[in-house]
Amino acid sequence: MLHTFVVYVENKPGVLTRVSSLFRRRGFNIDSLTVGRTEKPDVSRMTIVVDANEDQSQRIMANVYKLVNVLLVDDITGQAAIARDLALIKVKTDQDTRSKVLELANVFRARVVDLAQDSLTLEITGVEIKVNRLLEVLEPFGLLEVVRTGLVAMRRGGEPGFQDKKKVNGRVVVDDNVSYSV
Amino acid sequence: MSNQKLSGSRILWECLEREGVRHIFGYPGGAILPAYDALKHSSIHHILVRHEQGATHMADGYARATGGVGVAVATSGPGATNMVTGIATAMMDSSPIVCITGQVGSKLIGSDAFQETDITGVTLPITKHNYLVTSADEVAHTVREAFYVAKSGRPGPVLIDITKDAQQSLAEFDWDAAEPRLKGYRPDLSPEKAEFEQALELIHKAKRPVILAGHGVIGSRAMAELLAFAERTSIPVALTLLGLGGMPASHFLNLGMMGMHGEAWVNTTIQEADLLLAFGMRFDDRVTGMLKSYAPNAKKIHVDIDPAEINKNVRVDVALVGDLKKILQSLIPQVEMLDRREWLDTIRKLKGDSAVRDIQNLPDNGHLYAAHVINDLWHETRDRDTIVVTDVGQHQMWEAQYYKHERPRSLITSGGLGTMGFALPAAIGAKVARPEADVWVVVGDGGFQMTMSELATIVQENLKVNIAIINNGFLGMVRQWQEFFYDKNYEATPLLSPNFVKLAEAYGIHSVAVKNRKDVLPTVRKAEDHNGPVLIDFQVEQEDSVYPMVPAGAALHEMIRRPSPLVETADDE
Repeated sequence: MLHTFVVYVENKPGVLTRVSSLFRRRGFNIDSLTVGRTEKPDVSRMTIVVDANEDQSQRIMANVYKLVNVLLVDDITGQAAIARDLALIKVKTDQDTRSKVLELANVFRARVVDLAQDSLTLEITGVEIKVNRLLEVLEPFGLLEVVRTGLVAMRRGGEPGFQDKKKVNGRVVVDDNVSYSV
Repeated sequence: MSNQKLSGSRILWECLEREGVRHIFGYPGGAILPAYDALKHSSIHHILVRHEQGATHMADGYARATGGVGVAVATSGPGATNMVTGIATAMMDSSPIVCITGQVGSKLIGSDAFQETDITGVTLPITKHNYLVTSADEVAHTVREAFYVAKSGRPGPVLIDITKDAQQSLAEFDWDAAEPRLKGYRPDLSPEKAEFEQALELIHKAKRPVILAGHGVIGSRAMAELLAFAERTSIPVALTLLGLGGMPASHFLNLGMMGMHGEAWVNTTIQEADLLLAFGMRFDDRVTGMLKSYAPNAKKIHVDIDPAEINKNVRVDVALVGDLKKILQSLIPQVEMLDRREWLDTIRKLKGDSAVRDIQNLPDNGHLYAAHVINDLWHETRDRDTIVVTDVGQHQMWEAQYYKHERPRSLITSGGLGTMGFALPAAIGAKVARPEADVWVVVGDGGFQMTMSELATIVQENLKVNIAIINNGFLGMVRQWQEFFYDKNYEATPLLSPNFVKLAEAYGIHSVAVKNRKDVLPTVRKAEDHNGPVLIDFQVEQEDSVYPMVPAGAALHEMIRRPSPLVETADDE
């Protein structure tokens, strides 16, 4: 099944390579990986989606932790969390089809971000399945170009990100902003 | 100390000195020249190697002989890439080394400049961590971090790539301010109370428990604790190859080596156990055999410092993640003493069955067997402070079987990566680290020829290293596999060697060839007494095999045994 990990890393050159190289080296296939800044300038945050079983996901966590630059790994699979994918979809349109496409966009609450004589570009944000559905219904009109960001995710509730003591597999792995790499 | 400006090179050596480094193994070149130039200000002794792979193995041998950190130095490009095998060796065997490489100037990076290689990229998966240093003021804290990372937690190799301009430019040097700042690194985990309780329950319920002791026993300096735990609980101990020396071989609870070439009684004991206590070992495929049938009736407790090892190869019932020594210290007062005479008697019977197949019982028939060479070497050197450094292959397994290691760090060998060519340079590192010890290299004729250029290093550094070549004219272990599994198709395994005696003499090393069993002991004795390095060419039986053997992919108890009655060679069958 697909596992979603939120990984906090030190914002240093080469850290993305270290993380992605680890997945390759241990034979795990990344479904999607996003990386970006956080509320702290020295911390970056990755959302990594991997196809793995329960055992494998624990090994993934342990191995990611071993990277010296990794601060915290959180497996949010099956947890109360918000997960979002963003897509830009360029659809072929003409006089006849434009209104139909706009109608569908409306249903999916996708925004029109560009309009041309022969095409229309939509922006949609949502869980992956919603984006998939929109793509499905737009397919017959002709998809000219599609780009997706991959998943970004965050736990629900008032708990802050990585400052707190976190329990992973029943073990306190973070206090004073340090993790358990070895 | 603060506010003085020094070049990156001087800061480098200054930091190394403060880390306690007295020797480095290296090879100069363009991109590391500023650092070499600054050595004149340092008390560190540089040992010139003949190939950078040798430098890394020497650093590795240095680290394994003492438990400290070994240091290897090379230039950029080919100098750095030559280190790759040694770094991977250290990674697989959790050996703390720091490799320092020169890099082209920071403005040239990415331009394919002369001798430019992305060595941090190349070594990413085979280092515990690595650094690219592009400015002199990063040198001090990088070195401090590197040493800390290399030796703490599960030790491993760390590489520091320093650009030429970072070596040349000036920076303020302040040791105290350069403290490691590793927010994401925490090597000091310990198990929770509930996990201890689960472990204790399993230990107290077990009728047929076995301890599997690995390299972690030595790494964590937990020898005394292992002994105390085993004695208190009357649980027998099987050792991995890298665990040898972690418990005295003569101890009545020490079963010996497990795994592919472990003794039959050891593997059978493991297969029949109802509880395995894995202490600082990682269930490598060479010790488990086929996983599906591995210790099928045993519960498993895994004590390891690396959480990523838990449930990697073998699913365990209880995992205690943390430092083995500390975990044993808290377990020992809590374990109950139990009567396990029945279980120990069963094991003793298994042992008796194997003894009759022991080649040591074969009378002298004019042939020289490697096992006899090792046995005599052991007899002659056992009472001295001896470190045996082995290479990879048949001789390595015979050494592990017949040299009875009583002390930790008395065997240094390449386990996980199985690096041929390891022994000679690693022995140089061991001798430099522990000059008071007798160092013996036990090496095959194949592996020796991979790094024999380091003979010159021995002579140049005036080191007393004794070399025993177990010369059987074959790449012996590969030949054995061909004999057992490839219809004796000896493709590419017959091996021509130079006249080793003449070769050694060309380097100024005293050398002698031995072809008879009766000559082994006196020759070893003379070598010990000789006032300089000695190379002995033991010309042994060509087609002998290592028994017992668990074929790759077979269950651990499905061993190929030495044919009984004892036969001389495989060909006589």
